[in-house]
Formats: sequence, C-alpha cells, structure tokens
Amino acid sequence: MVFNAIRLDHRIIYQIVEPQSRVLDLGCGDGDLLFLLAKEKNAKVQGIELDEQAIYKCVEKGLSVFHSDIDSGLSEYPDQSFDYVILNQSLQEVKRADFVIQEALRVGKKVIVGFPNFAFLKARLMLFFRGKAPITKSLPYSWHDTPNLRFLSISDFKSFCLGKGIKILQAYNLGKRGIVRFWPNLFALNAVFVISK
Amino acid sequence: MLENNVGIIETQYFTFAEPPNELPLECGQKLGSITLAYETYGHLNKDKSNAILVVHALSGDAHAAGFHKGYKDAGWWDAMIGPGKAFDTEKYFVICSNIIGGCKGSTGPSSINPTTGKPYALDFPMITIADMVVAQKHLIDYLGIDKLLCVVGGSMGGFQVLQWVTSFPEKVSSAIPIATSLKHSPQQIAFDEVGRQAVMADPDWREGNYYEFSQPEKGLAVARMIGHITYMSDQSMEEKFSRRLKDKDYSFKFSTDFEVEGYLRYRGDNFVKRFDANSYLYITKAMDYFDLSGDKFIPKNKIIDTRFLVIAFKSDWLYPAYQSEEIVRKLKVRHVDATYCEIKSTYGHDAFLVEVEEQTHLIKHFLNKTFYGYDVVRGYGI
Repeated sequence: MVFNAIRLDHRIIYQIVEPQSRVLDLGCGDGDLLFLLAKEKNAKVQGIELDEQAIYKCVEKGLSVFHSDIDSGLSEYPDQSFDYVILNQSLQEVKRADFVIQEALRVGKKVIVGFPNFAFLKARLMLFFRGKAPITKSLPYSWHDTPNLRFLSISDFKSFCLGKGIKILQAYNLGKRGIVRFWPNLFALNAVFVISK
Repeated sequence: MLENNVGIIETQYFTFAEPPNELPLECGQKLGSITLAYETYGHLNKDKSNAILVVHALSGDAHAAGFHKGYKDAGWWDAMIGPGKAFDTEKYFVICSNIIGGCKGSTGPSSINPTTGKPYALDFPMITIADMVVAQKHLIDYLGIDKLLCVVGGSMGGFQVLQWVTSFPEKVSSAIPIATSLKHSPQQIAFDEVGRQAVMADPDWREGNYYEFSQPEKGLAVARMIGHITYMSDQSMEEKFSRRLKDKDYSFKFSTDFEVEGYLRYRGDNFVKRFDANSYLYITKAMDYFDLSGDKFIPKNKIIDTRFLVIAFKSDWLYPAYQSEEIVRKLKVRHVDATYCEIKSTYGHDAFLVEVEEQTHLIKHFLNKTFYGYDVVRGYGI
C-alpha cells in the first residue's frame, strides 16, 4: 500500500480506527475508505450510499452497502451497533444534520465527522474582497451546482458540540499537505472530529 | 445459438418421499411420492462448495439455461446463467428445480395420484413456499451438497430465497432475493384472487376435473393477461405499445384494435399451452399464504451468517422497492451482512428478467466475495 497516495482525510481516519472495529460509513461514495479499513484494518464494514453507480463501485470492491439516503438509513440499528460511525464529507449534504449526528451517536460508540471548513482563509477572502460565494479546494462547487446544503466552520462545529453536550475526543485540522496546527479555523481546508455522547 | 451458453441440457428427475415416508406438509397433509424435475449447469467442485440454487417464479420451471434438444428457446434466465455470465458456470455449479405444485415435471395437481390412478386435481394437498423449500432441500441432500454457496430468485423465487434462510440458515452462505417481499400484500393477493376467479369461472374448469377434457383455456388466459399487466409499468407499456393499432383504423368491433390487446391475448393463448390451470391456482395460493413478517424471518434465537444481496427495481409496482427495503430493515436489526440496490429501470416487475447488465454487475462481484472471501478484496489494487 502506498500510504501517501491516499487522500489525507482517509489517512487520518485510517489512523483513528482500531483494527477489527465495526464501522458504518454514511455516504460512503465509491467505498475507497471502507475498502482501506476492511483490507488493512480487518474492520467489519458497512456503507450507506444514495448514488446507484457508487453502489456498483462498492460491490466491485467486495463491500456491503445499502442504497439509501443518510437521513432515513439509521433508525433500525440498535444502540451502539458500531464502534465507529463515519460521516466524512457527507454531513454538509444531509437535510437534518442535527438529527443525523444524534442518530450516529446513538448507533455508534464513536462518530468520526469530516467536513470542509467554510471559514478557510481563501473562502473568507473571496467573500470579503470579491463578494462571491467561495470556491476552494474543499468546497469546489459553484452556488448553482453544489450538493452542499449547509456551510459550517470548525468553530461552528465546536460550538454545536458544546451546545449539545457532545464530547470532542479528537480533532484534526487538515491543510493542503498535512495537519494545520496554527489557527485552524483560518488555515484548515477540512476538519476531522471524533465525537461521542 | 449464442456462443456463451451452457449448450444442450437435459432435464433430470429425482423422486423421494415414497410411501410410507411421505413428506409432511405445512397444511397437515402428507405428499408422496414426490418427483422434482431439475437441471444443473457447470460442475460441482471437489469440496462441493460452489453450488448455487436458482429458484423460479410463478410460471417458471427447471429449464433456466441452455437449450433442450430440438428446441430453439433458451432457458428462462439464460442471460444470467452460463460461461462468463452473472452465475458463471465455469466457476459455479448451478441447480434449478421445478417447484412442487408445478406442472413442468415436478409433482403437482396434474400428476397421477397413486391412490386413484388419476390426476390429483383438487385432491392435491395445499402446498406452501416452505413446502417447496423442504422439497428442494431433499434434492440438495441427494446431490450431496452440505451448504449452498447461494440461493437466488426473483418474485416468488425471492419468497423461496427468504424461506431458505429462515428454514435452513446454516445451509446457505449467501442469499439474493430479487424484486420480492417478506409477505404478500393485500394488493398482490387481490390480483391473484382475480386470476383464480377467472380460472374457476370458466365452465371448462369443471371443479378442477378437466384432465380428460381440455383446460379452462379462456379463464387461464385471462388470469395470465392480468398477470402480464402487473409485470409491466405504465412507462414500459407506453414505450412498447403506446396507442398503436394492429390495423390502419378502428374496427368498430370487439376485435383486437390495439397492439396492447394483441400482446395480452398472445401471451394468454401461449400460456395455456404450457401451463396447468390447477397448478396456477395452487401456486398463487401458496404465494398468498407467504408471510415472513414480524419475527418469522430470521427468528431471534438464530444466528445468521448468510450474506445478502437484496435487489429491487424502481418501476416495479407489483413488488415495490419499499417491500425490499422492509427486508433490508430486518437484516439491519440483526446485523446481517447485506447489500441493497434499487436498480433504475422502466420495465416494472419484469425487470428482474430483463435488466441483465446491472444485475450481472452486482451478482458477479457479490458471489466472488462470497466464494473467495476477503482474499478477493485483498487482491484488488489500491
């Protein structure tokens, strides 16, 4: 495995997940992350994905995946069914984000949330100086053609957790090349949080 | 003849439950002896771990793939079974048997009742999906197979798949229920009942004792016509027939003006040539009795390590996707390893016979993983 060839956020999540864990990935896309976890960490993985073509890609990789939206995909699972529930780059696309996070916290012992940081410096500059909706590496879409329903910053997510009494166990702030340690809400493109009840 | 098929196939027969060891049925009666017509494709491997049981729908039979000598029509799922196909006969040993109650070589109401020497007709005991599966289990035992790699079927075949996992979970490594449901809904029962009433209202039915005469052809044809309407979708009918006429103008008579009328009549007329009316009654009743809702599917005290691939089709209004999703919900609660896909299709319920490419893609990889385990996943470059 050429580890450095793997997406940074996937690398971070890969390092977080313990071997042999039960993992549910909400919005698993083509299944690259789940495949990595199944193959290298021997994790017992399950995906939920809305896109039919992405499901074919997952099944090609030998992954198990449910054709469903995230908003309605969790209610049947008993409490604490998974060691990790992953919401990577999908939270900004769900209709009921609060509900989905609470449901994820119910069915998973830990929840890994990854999202693009709306308060990234370049986004701020685009809005402030050019007066235009930001387009960045982590938010690459034009306003009229984006799957993103909501825009949040690292600070937003932290205050959300504080307000809801959700524990932040770990936080990773990701730049273009690696972890951002200085002033992440300004310099991080993406964030990965590990949270629990 | 296409190259990638299993070639000329001969139907085989297996007889069991000979008196006094008749098979006890769910209805309380016993049946014996029982003959099952079956076909096999491909080769059983040394450790007998590559066997796939294909179970058929209402009007299907054991002839799922290849050709019978002297006939030019391929088996009903030939597009899916053969070398390099979804059920690759180079790798797997595929078995398909005609259900009990059927009329294509397996014991059913048109078979001879050993006590009277005449066809059973309505003396044939009422059979259920669970009975069909028990009979198939006898065949699998006879073939020396301890555990099936996969049980797969669409529509009523899907019922049998779900029943297999419920009755013999330890005998099934993977299950593929397609365009099916955990139970027959009132709408599905209603369509079946209309079909049965059409048969029974035909004077030629003679309370089931028509074997010395001719079939209740009109009634059975009407039943089949209704069936075919439910197998299509509004859109597929529009695409296939629209309002096209058979002739240039309206006839202003009650003859077949529209292509759709001609098609249904053709389907109905064809069906009565190959299907027994009493079998139709018995099998549709078995479907209506089918109910694995609540805790009946995968009982709580049973551990299931069967993998599932559940497939539904978007335009299927006879077995709508929500019914497949109900199966998936049960699997989720029980932490069963499962994949679900609702395939985009305009063909309605017929899609499970028609949408070959998408199903092949899903099934091929799913079986690969089931057969080779994570080794196949490990072999996939990253």
